[in-house]
Amino acid sequence: MRWHESQPDPCQRIYFANHTSHLDALVLWSSLPRLVREVTRPVAAKDYWNKGPIRRYIADCFNAMLIDREEIKVHQSPVDVMIREIGLKYSLIVFPEGTRNHEEEMQDFKSGLYYLSKKRPDLELVPVYMDNLNRVLPRGEFLPVPLLSCITFGPPMWLEAKESKVDFLKRAREAVRRLKDL
Amino acid sequence: MTPNLLAHFEFAWLASTADATALLADWWEIVNPQMLRDQRTNILLGTVLGLLILAFFIGRVLKRQPESTANPAVVRTFNLRVRAWLLMCAMLIFGFVLGYSVTLVMFGLISFWALREFITMTPTRRGDHRALFWTFMLFTPLQYVLVAQGGNFYAIYTVMIPVYASLFIPARIAFAGDPKRFLERTAKIQAGLLICVYSLSHAPAILTLRLTDSAGKPWPQAAQTASPMGETEPMPTTPAATTPKAAADERTPQQLGSNAGVLFFFILLVQLNDVFQYGWGILLGKHVIAPEINASRTWEGLIGGCLCTVLVGVILCWVTPFRWDQAAVISLIVALMGYAGGMTMSAIKRDRGVKDFGSLVQGHAGVLDRIDSLCFAAPVFFHITRFFFTA
Repeated sequence: MRWHESQPDPCQRIYFANHTSHLDALVLWSSLPRLVREVTRPVAAKDYWNKGPIRRYIADCFNAMLIDREEIKVHQSPVDVMIREIGLKYSLIVFPEGTRNHEEEMQDFKSGLYYLSKKRPDLELVPVYMDNLNRVLPRGEFLPVPLLSCITFGPPMWLEAKESKVDFLKRAREAVRRLKDL
Repeated sequence: MTPNLLAHFEFAWLASTADATALLADWWEIVNPQMLRDQRTNILLGTVLGLLILAFFIGRVLKRQPESTANPAVVRTFNLRVRAWLLMCAMLIFGFVLGYSVTLVMFGLISFWALREFITMTPTRRGDHRALFWTFMLFTPLQYVLVAQGGNFYAIYTVMIPVYASLFIPARIAFAGDPKRFLERTAKIQAGLLICVYSLSHAPAILTLRLTDSAGKPWPQAAQTASPMGETEPMPTTPAATTPKAAADERTPQQLGSNAGVLFFFILLVQLNDVFQYGWGILLGKHVIAPEINASRTWEGLIGGCLCTVLVGVILCWVTPFRWDQAAVISLIVALMGYAGGMTMSAIKRDRGVKDFGSLVQGHAGVLDRIDSLCFAAPVFFHITRFFFTA
C-alpha cells in the first residue's frame, strides 16, 4: 500500500478504483487507517450482498452501503441514495467500472461518478489503483491464491467547472490508470 | 511486619518461578529431544551472533559519517544485509531452541513467502488459478509435513513435488481449459515450486538425519570428559553424588556437535559464499561471466569466493562430522551451487525485467533474493551428507 501525492485523511472523500475482484472493496477498506476507515463506506450491489446471511454479515462488517441495481426510481436513483446516506460525515468507495472485468485493461467509467461530484462538488475524488488482486481472487473463484498485491492511492481531483461528462470520466479513468505505472 | 511479609512473598514467588522453570525444562525435554545443548554449535552461533551485532553497531556509526568518508549507498546495503542476517540468525536460534518442529515451520513459512514472490513476478493466466491454489495450500505445507516425518519418509518427500506435483499441475491447468502457452505456464509454476519449496526443504531435512562420521560411527557422540571437574571416571552412585543436577547431567550429557550445528554450518557457508563472491568481484572483477544476466558476477569473484568459502569450511569443520579434507570438498560444491543459484535467479529476474524480488511490491522485502543460493545448495549438501555420513 502506498500513498502517492496524497495523504490519508478522514475528510469526506470518494475513493474510486479499478474493479477486478471481489476482494477489492474489502482490501481497499481495510487498508485505510482506522480513523479513516470508520467514516468510509464501500458501495456494493444489493442483489449480490443481500443474498444469504453470510454475505449480509460481511457487508455489515465493512459498513457497506447496499445499492439496488434493479429498482431505480425517480428521486431514488443510486446517486441520490448515496448522497443522502453519506450526509456530511461519510466517505465512499466506488468502482465506476460498474462490474468486475475479465480483461487486463480497464473498462470505461460509468457516469455515476460524474453525477456524484456534480451534486457534491466539494468531495475530494481520490483515484486508487489495485494491482494483482484479480490474480488473488479472479471472477468466479472462491479460493484465493496468496499472491502479493499493491494498492496505490493517487492525488485527489475535482470536477472542473464546465467540464463535460465524457471529458471528466476520461480524466478520472486516466488518473487511476496512471497509478499503475508508478 | 511488612518487610517480613514482603520477603516471604518474594521467596514464595522465587520458588514458584523456579518450579515453573524446572517444569518447563522437563516439558521441553519430553516434547523436544533436539534442544540446542551441544557446546560446539553454541560456540559457533554465539560467535556469529556477536560478530553480527558488532557489524550492526559499526553500520550505525558509519551511517552517521559524512558522505566523503563513507559511500552512503554502500553503507545502506551493508546495513540492510546485516539486519537481514541478524534476523536470519535470530530465527535460527529461536528455531533451534524451540526445536525441530518450530524450525521446520519457519522454513515452511519462508518457502511460502518466497513462492509468493516468485509467482507474483511470473505472469499467470486465469486458468492457472486452481492449480496455483493447490500449489500454495496443499503442496507447500505437505512437503514440510513429510520432511518432518523424518528419514523414513525420505522416499516420499523426495519424489512428491518432482513427480506428483509436476504431474498434477499440468493436468489441473488442462482441466481449466485454456491452452494458450500451456507448457510455458506449467513450467513456471513447477519451477517456482521446485526452487522455493522442494529445494529449500532439504535444508531443515538435515535435522532429521541420523549422522555418522565417514567411518560409520554414530556422530554426535557425548563427550566423555565434559564435566567441569575433569573427572574421567564414572560418577560413583553414592546418594551424595546423585543430586538432581548430576542426574540431569547424566541423562543428557554434553554433546560435541549436533544436526543443528551442521545446518548452521551449511547456512553460514552459503551466506558467506555470497559475500566472498561479491567482495572478490568488486576487488578484482574483470571478466564478467554473462553480462546480459548479471554484470557484477565475474570469474574472479567466483574463484576467489570459492577459495575463501573452502577455507572457512575447513576452519569450521569441527562443528560437523566432516574431516577437514571432506569439509573442503563439500564447501567447494556448496560454493559452486550457491553461485549457480544466484546466476539462475538473476536470469529469471532479468527475463521479467525486475531488479530484485524485493522491488516487486513496495514495502515487501525480497526473501527470494536472500535465499536463492541457499535453495540451490541445499539439496546437494543434504544428499552428500545423507549418502556419506549416515548409517
